[in-house]
Amino acid sequence: MKVVVFCKSVPDTETRVRLKDNRLDKSEIKYILNPYDEYAVEEAVRMKEGGKAEEVIAISMGPERAKEALRSALAIGADRGILIKDDALDGSDTYVTAKVLVKALEKDGLEYGMLLFGQQAIDGDTWHVPGQVAEMLGLPQTGSIIKLEVDPDGGKAVANRMVEGGEEVHEMALPCVVTCRKGLNEPRYPSLPNIMKAKKKPIQEYSVSDLGFSAEDVGKAGALTEVLSYALPPQKEAGKKVEGEPEEVAQALLQYLKEEIKVI
Amino acid sequence: MIRNVDFYLMEELLEEEEKIIRDTTRRFVEEKVLPLIPEHYDKGTFPTELIPEIGKLGLFGITIPQEYGGAGASYFSYGLACQELEWCDSGLRSLVSVQNSLCMYPIYAYGSEEQKRKYLPRMATGEIIGCYGLTEPDAGSDPASMRTVAKKVEGGWVLNGNKIWITNAPIAGLAVVWAKTQEGVRGFIVERGTPGFETPEIKQKMSLRFSPTGEIVLEDCFVPEENMLPGSEMGMKAPFSCLTRARYGIAWGGVGMAAFCYERALEYAKERIQFGRPLASFQLIQQDLADMLTEITKCQLLVYRLGRLFDEGRASHVMVSMAKRACTMMAHQVTRKAREILGGNGISLEYHIIRHLCNTETTTTYEGTSKIHALILGRHITGISAFR
Ligand SMILES: Cc1cc2nc3c(=O)[nH]c(=O)nc-3n(C[C@H](O)[C@H](O)[C@H](O)COP(=O)(O)OP(=O)(O)OC[C@H]3O[C@@H](n4cnc5c(N)ncnc54)[C@H](O)[C@@H]3O)c2cc1C
Repeated sequence: MKVVVFCKSVPDTETRVRLKDNRLDKSEIKYILNPYDEYAVEEAVRMKEGGKAEEVIAISMGPERAKEALRSALAIGADRGILIKDDALDGSDTYVTAKVLVKALEKDGLEYGMLLFGQQAIDGDTWHVPGQVAEMLGLPQTGSIIKLEVDPDGGKAVANRMVEGGEEVHEMALPCVVTCRKGLNEPRYPSLPNIMKAKKKPIQEYSVSDLGFSAEDVGKAGALTEVLSYALPPQKEAGKKVEGEPEEVAQALLQYLKEEIKVI
Repeated sequence: MIRNVDFYLMEELLEEEEKIIRDTTRRFVEEKVLPLIPEHYDKGTFPTELIPEIGKLGLFGITIPQEYGGAGASYFSYGLACQELEWCDSGLRSLVSVQNSLCMYPIYAYGSEEQKRKYLPRMATGEIIGCYGLTEPDAGSDPASMRTVAKKVEGGWVLNGNKIWITNAPIAGLAVVWAKTQEGVRGFIVERGTPGFETPEIKQKMSLRFSPTGEIVLEDCFVPEENMLPGSEMGMKAPFSCLTRARYGIAWGGVGMAAFCYERALEYAKERIQFGRPLASFQLIQQDLADMLTEITKCQLLVYRLGRLFDEGRASHVMVSMAKRACTMMAHQVTRKAREILGGNGISLEYHIIRHLCNTETTTTYEGTSKIHALILGRHITGISAFR
């Protein structure tokens, strides 16, 4: 069985977000492999090590730097990469992204048994793409899993996901889509020998036209959603400190909740 | 998670795998090592259970080919790893430097095929930690004046002498020992357990406390013929070739430790309010920060270029001397300034700065003191040796 892992290059979690010309100012950002995708890569590589997958393919849509994210996935243990890269893709929304990724899988002709995603990308934070891909391919999917048992011979996978107050267990026929989160596994640090080996692993690149799209199908032109504006969250105002004897404090607090912010 | 001091946009000069090696090393030390350090530094102990993890990461044998268990990476990548290790602690970087440059390198470069197969893979995993015995009580800056001798006997050599200030000696499974033979200085691999080989620990150090240091005592210590490094030329060239590599890593490390202290000091200066304003708003503090960033950036450019030259085989040992001296002295000045900005907190291990500052007292001393490197440069510049 072949397993595909979807990888996104995202700004490092330490990035100080700044805006410029109503877009994200990308000039001083350092990029990393989306941390949630690491759980997906780790899970796929463990499937391979456990004899349940024969090949792990890492796929990404993004600019040249997305190759670094793919290279990180290859260093963890994926076998090869696919990168869809084209200037025309700039401004794509999640719908276009899903459409392009699906087409690339088709173009590559690989017969996948499972598609693994991180549950969300820490930049856009939409949680959209996995569901969209599953829908376009007509595959069963479940999200935010913390446990995965795959039975390639039996043609099924069982995934556990956390819900409020409990856990759901989903059994799905293969091929299927799952999204991964913290708790599923502990991603390894890629070792230096494996980082060096990853350098030699192939990354197949596709342009928009390689996939049979024209410029109008993708980017802003092909998107179903439009970003109207970006804004930074409002500055936090200084908190209010209530001092005094416990009774006084409780009284003041109650009054504040009732009269000023009116929640009770 | 990862921040780098990168004022001159050097990120774009790095290859993909170099960034991954740097970031992986940083993540490892930040998550697994840094939290352990204050307590160990305080007690002067080292958590040896870290060693297999460091081995698993591939930080032992970075430049050694994969067929011998190494990572097969470049010296540039080795430099980046040293930078990140020393961002954490000089003792941690020393462990890796000694294993890589002072022990695995001479076995790889001067060892027999048999020695390479026997030792390198087990050193790469950390199963065997090495130490490097050159310095003696009466031979420090002038190691050629060493007194340790190796006498040829039937089937091998008998070693006698004392080595001092030897990093990793107390935890080492083998020592690469340099000794005088009748034909000149040669290297020997002495395994732990060999009769006449002892490694008492040196206690009460006030620097590099996260690194075990010891002596090597050799008393009629018999070493079989197959443990002599056959490829080394007689004389000081082989031991110096190891030092050149280790010094190269120390230079990178200086940049890492300075970057750590600069970032912490900057953060602190922005948050700490005195006279109703953040420290960072005072001109005198801004001047310190400007100096720190400038000096760090200069040294980053130095080691970057040195690393590229090293991999092209064009870095001379004098270039390495310049970088080792410049970067460790820079680190001393930057950590000193950071220490001052943190005020009283600056001397607490909790804030890490005092530890880095204390460590610079070692990094400016071992592998050639700053003065000795000045003399090496001076000899190169003038053609006149001030010490021979
Ligand atoms: C923590 C630690 C770990 C170490 N690890 C190792 C190790 O693993 N293996 C190993 O072999 N060694 C190791 N060393 C030893 C280290 O390399 C020596 O301490 C160093 O080379 C200096 O030698 P010394 O201490 O004998 O000082 P000396 O050579 O006695 O120097 C004393 C002072 O005199 C100055 N000086 C010396 N000669 C001259 C001159 N010609 N002109 C002007 N000034 C001069 C020096 O700069 C220095 O300031 C370690 C040292 C320390 C502190």
